[in-house]
Amino acid sequence: MLLERDKIKHLYNRAGFGLTLNDFQTKLDFQSCLKKLFSTPKSYNYLQTISLAEVEDAQQKIKQLPKDEKKELKQMLKQNVFELNNLWLNEMMTNESQLHEKMALFWHGHFACRSINPYFDQQYVDILRKNALGNFGTMLNEISKTPAMLQYLNNQQNKKDHPNENFAREVMELFTLGRGNYTEQDIKEAARAFTGFGFDKSGEFKFKKIQHDFDAKIFQGKTANFSGEDILQIILAKKECAYFVTKKIYQFFVNDSIDEEKVKQLADTFYQSNYNIKVLMQSIFSSDWFYDEKNVAVKIKSPVELLVVMFRVIPTTFEDNQSTIFIQRTLGQILLNPPNVAGWNGGRSWIDSSSLLFRMQLPQVIYFDAAITVEPKEITPESKQEMQMTMTENYVKKLAAKKLNAQSDWSAIYNYFSKATNIENEVAAVFLSKKIDTSTLKIVKANSDNSTKNLEIKNAVVNMLSLPEYQLC
Amino acid sequence: MKRRNFIQTTGLASTAMLIPNFLKAQENNPIKNTDKIVIVIQLTGGNDGLNTVIPYENDLYYNARPEISIKKNEVLKLDNHQGLNPNMQGFKNLYDDGNMCLINNVGYPEPDRSHFRSMDIWQTASKSSEYKTTGWLGRYLDEQCASCDKPTQIMEIDDTLSLALKGNNAKGLALKDAKRLYATTSNVFINQLSKQHAIGDHQHDNVEYLYKTLAETISSANYIYQTSKIYKSAATYPNHQFGKSMKTISEFIVSGVNTKVYYVSLGSFDTHFNQQKRQGDLLQQLAETVKVFMDDLKKNSKADDVLLMTFSEFGRRVSENASGGTDHGTANQIFLFGNNLKKKGIYNEAPNLADLDEGDLKYTIDFRNVYATILKKWLNTDEQPILGEKLEYLSFI
Repeated sequence: MLLERDKIKHLYNRAGFGLTLNDFQTKLDFQSCLKKLFSTPKSYNYLQTISLAEVEDAQQKIKQLPKDEKKELKQMLKQNVFELNNLWLNEMMTNESQLHEKMALFWHGHFACRSINPYFDQQYVDILRKNALGNFGTMLNEISKTPAMLQYLNNQQNKKDHPNENFAREVMELFTLGRGNYTEQDIKEAARAFTGFGFDKSGEFKFKKIQHDFDAKIFQGKTANFSGEDILQIILAKKECAYFVTKKIYQFFVNDSIDEEKVKQLADTFYQSNYNIKVLMQSIFSSDWFYDEKNVAVKIKSPVELLVVMFRVIPTTFEDNQSTIFIQRTLGQILLNPPNVAGWNGGRSWIDSSSLLFRMQLPQVIYFDAAITVEPKEITPESKQEMQMTMTENYVKKLAAKKLNAQSDWSAIYNYFSKATNIENEVAAVFLSKKIDTSTLKIVKANSDNSTKNLEIKNAVVNMLSLPEYQLC
Repeated sequence: MKRRNFIQTTGLASTAMLIPNFLKAQENNPIKNTDKIVIVIQLTGGNDGLNTVIPYENDLYYNARPEISIKKNEVLKLDNHQGLNPNMQGFKNLYDDGNMCLINNVGYPEPDRSHFRSMDIWQTASKSSEYKTTGWLGRYLDEQCASCDKPTQIMEIDDTLSLALKGNNAKGLALKDAKRLYATTSNVFINQLSKQHAIGDHQHDNVEYLYKTLAETISSANYIYQTSKIYKSAATYPNHQFGKSMKTISEFIVSGVNTKVYYVSLGSFDTHFNQQKRQGDLLQQLAETVKVFMDDLKKNSKADDVLLMTFSEFGRRVSENASGGTDHGTANQIFLFGNNLKKKGIYNEAPNLADLDEGDLKYTIDFRNVYATILKKWLNTDEQPILGEKLEYLSFI
């Protein structure tokens, strides 16, 4: 069994983005921590970088203006997607409702989507964050009607007589049931039911009656004149849906390897609660088995988790808002730009020889201004109209063999460790999820600059952040 | 495998890192069943196949492309119907020497026109309707190299690793510059960490996985740097990144690095605007470099071992757009190069421009059959576990 403070640490590593330095200085008890994570946020902030009017205005102008000015406007829209990315990262770092933010990141991978329109992105992120601990069915319905997703999965092209099955297929395969729980015929029939799901100019869902197929459909053995909403209802009524979602949640929050019994029990709870996400998460985090040794410090942090956890303890800013995107891109996870609708693979897929080396060099790059020696792959924009989140290659070229020029605030850290007698030990206790070998601590110490107390602290921290063990939570 | 088992059972795992490097290089467990090498060149962004291999006697081609078609008298003629883009003299020479095979109309059912998705499909060898989380070459590594102690058997010449080279258990190595990677992994802190950490056999332990990856990276970097020092190519490669990458590959091959599959990208071929110059430049880079590379290998008696393949995530639409470019399409050609091709020249019929699918070419050869052929007939590997099914082989090798 873990000690209470280790339980709290594990809880915060998984249900949030780790404890802050402030948390370490406060006397915490486990029950109130748990309660706090599930408490309703005092306020909710919609993340906004641009208004619909501004997007429309820019798009209108792009159509009319000469080339150079077009470029500027496209750049402006792109900048807004970067802004939103940074804004969201910042929310994960600073928002008190840590579990909400962590869940939203999970849902981003689950309902993976990207849009060229920063306003659509905002709406989409809002659905993920607002419903993060709410009702899964409600979120599924909202996601199925949000312009970003409808556009991403081509439902604007899904019309009576010309059905496009993309949306119907992914809803079942990736969002709800998983393979093996539906037939190809189900997909065809569901696609017909989703005809007419579209959006209007104001970026709102619009049911386009004229495109909808009102004839009878045979779905999952039932025959009726089903609407898109009916299809989602029938899917939710299947226990397989609860199991599929629970399994993904278990892998994200508990352990990559599944404990089949536990997942089944949790799925039953989830189903019986009518898909109340809060109930499901409470049964995970208040269980005893969640705190078993085998579940502690075994998850590989995703690139976004890595950054957020690090910056949450060491407040860090960059001259250029593309810097965090450069890091995300090099490590293989860019917020608002998942590789495809299946989301990120997670687990060991984050780590290969080059990504591990970059992770181990990154703290030096950020906190000691070491030069960047890698260049991520180019991302090809999907079409000439698309102003998606590809970083200008100029920025990457500019960075090659250069520095990120990060600003970081170490005062709280220096202060916290000022009285430490064994700096490495105490730094490890704050930054690592689990105790490590003394031989590793010796290496951390041996590679430090001890000329001043503060330098010694900073070196110990940066070395600790560079360890393979730091990649785990 | 045997060595590792021995070390584990005798509890000497930590000394594994202390074995002198020259010994490690020798015992590094290369794939035994083949001495053949494959080089995959990814043309990123969707190369326009119809302006690469031009159907210069076909009016439908000229009608569809009043602005950007390649004139008949400029085409480098391969036969009475098809010819290469004028920037591809290098390929023309290789064709004349019997070192090139052109396969037309390669694609897959229900083609996806998104760069990302279609590249995913090509890299993972999935069907259009399924998502695979591992790459076809990564799975080749899984199958062939469960016991290799370095991931050098498949290698990408870049700073980051493509999905194509990521398997379930094993992943390839990415590097652009052997010396730079060696310098990075020679860092004292990194080395000390790796050395003090004994690697056990707890497959599910992620700490072990990380340290194992680290140890393999260090030892791979060391092995490649030490081995490839032996030979520096005397050939003059063009002075661009792709030229440099191919030169690196040639030096690795001639030096005897144990890599079986090399992966390298060139791009971006996403020519929605002013296509002719952009695509011309890239095709020039491609053709001149591949020619120098093949000559270099011939000179060093290595050309018999090498098969080189180019692909792109899709071709482009038959009709040009209003901006002097082309938009995303479907089927496309694949080029193969080697000294030992069974089918030299043109493998199959040219694209049928009279039978289109909503303005796009129809595929006649599934790319997975090309992969299956390479795996089975060149790398001497059963393709079934890698591609998930038994597939028919083509006859180019």
